Order: sequence, then C-alpha cells, then structure tokens
Amino acid sequence: MSKARTSLARTGAVHFALIAYTLVALFPVFLTIANSFKSRNAIFREPLAVPTPETFSLIGYETVLKQGDFIGYFQNSVIVTVVSIALVLLFGAMAAFALSEYRFRGNTLMGLYLALGIMIPIRLGTVAILQGMVATNLVNTLTALILVYTAQGLPLAVFILSEFMRTVSDDLKNAGRIDGLSEYAIFFRLVLPLVRPAMATVAVFTMIPIWNDLWFPLILAPAEPTKTITLGSQIFIGQFVTNWNAVLSALSLAIFPVLILYVIFSRQLIRGITAGAVK
Amino acid sequence: MGSLQLKSIRKAFGGHEVLKGIDLEVKDGEFVIFVGPSGCGKSTLLRTIAGLEDATSGSVRIDDLEVGHVAPAKRGIAMVFQSYALYPHLTVKDNMGLGLKQAGVPRAEIDEKVAKAAGMLSLEPYLARRPAELSGGQRQRVAIGRAIVREPKLFLFDEPLSNLDAALRVNTRLEIARLHRSLKATMIYVTHDQVEAMTLADKIVVLNAGRIEQVGSPMELYNRPANLFVAGFIGSPQMNFIEGERLGDTSAKTVGIRPEHIGLSRDGGDWKGKVIHVEHLGADTIVYLESERVGPLTARLFGEHRYAADDIVHATPVIGAMHRFDADGRVIKTGE
Ligand SMILES: Nc1ncnc2c1ncn2[C@@H]1O[C@H](COP(=O)(O)OP(=O)(O)OP(=O)(O)O)[C@@H](O)[C@H]1O
Ligand SMILES: [Mg+2]
Repeated sequence: MSKARTSLARTGAVHFALIAYTLVALFPVFLTIANSFKSRNAIFREPLAVPTPETFSLIGYETVLKQGDFIGYFQNSVIVTVVSIALVLLFGAMAAFALSEYRFRGNTLMGLYLALGIMIPIRLGTVAILQGMVATNLVNTLTALILVYTAQGLPLAVFILSEFMRTVSDDLKNAGRIDGLSEYAIFFRLVLPLVRPAMATVAVFTMIPIWNDLWFPLILAPAEPTKTITLGSQIFIGQFVTNWNAVLSALSLAIFPVLILYVIFSRQLIRGITAGAVK
Repeated sequence: MGSLQLKSIRKAFGGHEVLKGIDLEVKDGEFVIFVGPSGCGKSTLLRTIAGLEDATSGSVRIDDLEVGHVAPAKRGIAMVFQSYALYPHLTVKDNMGLGLKQAGVPRAEIDEKVAKAAGMLSLEPYLARRPAELSGGQRQRVAIGRAIVREPKLFLFDEPLSNLDAALRVNTRLEIARLHRSLKATMIYVTHDQVEAMTLADKIVVLNAGRIEQVGSPMELYNRPANLFVAGFIGSPQMNFIEGERLGDTSAKTVGIRPEHIGLSRDGGDWKGKVIHVEHLGADTIVYLESERVGPLTARLFGEHRYAADDIVHATPVIGAMHRFDADGRVIKTGE
C-alpha cells in the first residue's frame, strides 16, 4: 500500500471528521462560557453571539460569589470527587489484582458479582441507602456521598483493571516473589505502575458522573454546609424565574476543576513505562 | 550445598494433571537440563522447584531440607526467565540489587556484589540505565546478573536464550557454561534447543507429557536411548524408524538408525532408493530418500556430496549402530 498517495485524502477526511466532532462537542461549553459573560437581556436576544463591549457583564459571577457559600460548595465537590476517586482506584485495583492473580474457588463468580453493578444502576437502591444513612447518622455528611460514589464506581473499576492486570507478565511478578517482595509490594511497586494508563482511564470514567451528580447530594446531603456545586447552583433555577446569568457563571466555574483533574489523568495515560519490562 | 531431590511430584490444574509423578535427584554442582516437547510441563516443574507453584502432592528437598512450605525467596534459589522479567522502573543496578535489599543486606555489601556480577557479565557501562534502554542481549545478561548476585544454591533457567538471535545465543551459552565452571553452583536449565542441551548439560532429563522418559548424560541419551520417544527426540535430524518386519527382524517391532550412521553409494549397498531432496549445509549434506525395502530414510553425510533429486543410490547402515525397540517402544537390550 502506497502511503504517499492515499495519505493526503485520508488524513484530510480524518481531520475533517475529528474537527467536526470537536466543534459539536465544544459548542455547548462555548455557549455556556460566552453567555456567562453577557447581560441578561443579551443572553435572550442573541444567545449565539460572543460578548461585545455593550453586552459584557459580570453580574452572573457577582451573584454567584455573593449568594450562598459558593467556595464552600466548590470545596465539597472537590473533596467528594477526589476522595471517591482515590478509594475507587485503591479498592478497585486491589480487588482486580486478587481476581486476576490468584486461583481460588469461586473466582469467576466473584468477578461477575463485582461487575454486576455496571448493569444495575445504584439509584435503584436509593431508598435503602437513605435508610441506611439515617440509621448510621451519616445524613448530611460528605462521608455519605463518598461511600455511595465509591460503591458506584467500583464495578467498572474492577472490571477494567482486572482485564489490564491479566496482561501484566507473570514472569515479572514471579521474579519479584523470588527477590522476596511481599504480595503487597508486588501489587504496589510492580503491578500498579504498569497499569497506570488503565487507572487513569478509570479515574476519568469515575470522576465525571460524581462531579455532575445531583441526585445523591439532593437526597443524602442537602444541608447548607455539605452542598456540592451542582446542588448549590440549583438555587438560581427557580420554578418561575431562573437567574440564567448566575446559572451559566456557576457552570462555567464548575468546569475548571474537572478540567484540571482530566489534564492530570490524561498525562498518566500517555506516559507508559512498560517498554523494556519484558521481551 | 545445592543438591535437589524431587519425590513423586504431581501437579494438577483443575482436573488436568500436568506433572504425573516426577522423581529426580540432582547432585551438588551439576548442570541439569530439562528437554521435552512444548506443553510437557518443563516450566511447571521448574516453577514448582522455585515454590511459585505448589505441587499437588510429592516433596521437594533442597540440600536435604523439605521446602514445601518455604517461600520462594527463602529457598536459596534464583531464576532467570525467558522474558527477562526485569523491573521496568529500576536501573540495572537496582534490578540486580533488589533481592539483597529485600533480604536486609547492607548497602555497601550490595554494591560490592553487584559490581562483581556486573564485571563477570561486562555490564559495568550500563549500571545506571533502565531496562528499556538496553538491547535484548544486554537485558538477558542483566537477568542472569540478578540471579548471580543472590549467590543462590540453585540456579533455575527457563529457556533463557530463546529470545536472542543465533549469534548472541552462542555467546551467551558460552557465558553460562563459563559461569557454571567458575561459580560451581547447581544449575537447572530448560531449553528447546538440542545444541544447548547437548553442549551444556552434565545430565539431561527428557520429559514427555508430565513424565520423565529418561535421565542420563548427553552421550548416554544419544548412544543408548531407553525408548522410542527419547530416540526420536535426541539427535537432529531425527532417527530413522523402520518396521522390524521389513528387515526380517521378528523380535523387534521397530528398528532405529541415526541419519549419521547411514552411508550412501551409487554403486551398491543394502537398500536401493531414489533421492527425494538434498540439503547442503556445508559441513554436512542431508539426503532424504525413498528406499524400496525400508521406506523413507534420512542420511547425514559428512562434507559435501554431489547428490541430486531423482538420483538412484544405495544406503548401507553402519553395523552395530541399530537400536531395536519392542512393541511398547522400549529398547531391547543387546547382551553387552
Ligand atoms: N496456570 C495454569 N493453569 C492451567 N494450566 C496450566 C497453567 N500453567 C500451565 N498449564 C498447562 O500445563 C501444561 C504444561 O505447561 P508448561 O508451561 O509447564 O509447559 P512447557 O513444557 O514449559 O512448555 P513450553 O516448552 O511451551 O514452554 C500445559 O498444557 C499448560 O496448558
Ligand atoms: Mg515453558
């Protein structure tokens, strides 16, 4: 196959498709951010226009920062998300290691059981979860949210990570055993670094639904000190009047932490150090 | 120090029995090679000796000590893997020193031992590099170095050279032979390669389907194979097998004759046949022929010979070089 002849048309087509997709994906983000800098009238008159000197306004951001404890909501969201991701990664990886590394009775069954949560939405159990939280006095705490999100993220994490861990060379783990590494050292020092790209993937998949979730904060932790940012932004959406400036500004601000986390994880995705381990 | 006894080792994965009762005695300082077809359980046996797999039953003794419940790191062994299995995030030096570090050996002593092993294997220039920055041959030398540094009683090699190219394989083979002489340690080595087996071993163990077929020195196996399997497995090209009936030998089911023990002539001989194919290897010429009396034959002639396909030739076996096997495939001993 001649690369030179086909490449121009093909790369052109590929780039066209990718650029088109990027535009479609970025459009809502652009709309949100652009409108968050406009006055209320401008938002309704010309929703697609970028802010001009006449229509530019910071009223939305002012409202957001004045009303309610916005920094506090922000903090809550970050704490819940980061701690949940950390727990999901830690426990998910440990379960995945056990499932992929050790032969024991009921291994396959256990794997299926742990993956069950991928197919059954955790929200079906909301009532039971709420009763449990009430009984354990965890309502209106961040712990409640963290526990629920960890449970929600684990099935996919176990599923993806155990597939990846199966690909880590047995010889490498055995070499570690002969060198006297404990099973924990083999897990933390040999296997985890090699599945880092998979961990980053899991982190991204886990992060987005947690950050965006409205359901559980509303049910389990609606009190002022434990509100997350998605819940906090709801005060601007009323049944009759919605403060669009404020909503759009809050949403724009909420994008950044996710963006930062994503950048951190995607770097891990790229930086593979497996080369030269085996073969 | 460094002897090994295996007593009726059995290993099953699920219901599938891979090792079916292995008994073996390895003396201190011996170089023992396991050969056998793919899937016969060589690696499994080696991993059982290392303690990486638990035997289903049977006992492993190293230096007269039962090691069934001893962790791999505490058995006084070192293992070199086919895939090198170097730690990707550690430098060559740390790769080699990790085992000692885990055992709590002081830093200075580790450095000294690593330096000595690196000297033996000419690895000094690479000590600060990571495995990814080394060639295949260098990586394998690091893996061997990692084993040496531990100063084990018993070295276990699982096809250590099979990822290397031919020239490098010869070099590394010589290096391993030299190491065995200088370290005087016991070594157990798995290979597919006949040449490696014949040149390195004090003792070859031929395995087939989870059983030991024969144990002996390379020349014993070559000259006195105990059964059809060993006769066919050791030696390349493979031994010719002829039905006893065709030779009028009613007491033997099968008669074997090695290709190098067949002479060819255009003028006359025992078995007349037509040449099918000729391979010129320089030092040897391998002639495949179809004979009227005994069927297909392979002959290996020393030096160059001008035979070509469709030539009519006469093959003559060397007297006394025939191996006779009974109906069960066991050799029929001739009174010596
Ligand atoms: N962990 C395992 N689970 C199940 N079966 C296994 C396992 N390890 C090995 N086996 C089986 O045991 C048999 C022997 O495997 P082993 O790796 O010892 O063969 P081998 O002689 O080393 O072969 P090769 O020369 O190809 O390396 C094979 O049939 C293999 O499928
Ligand atoms: Mg093997």
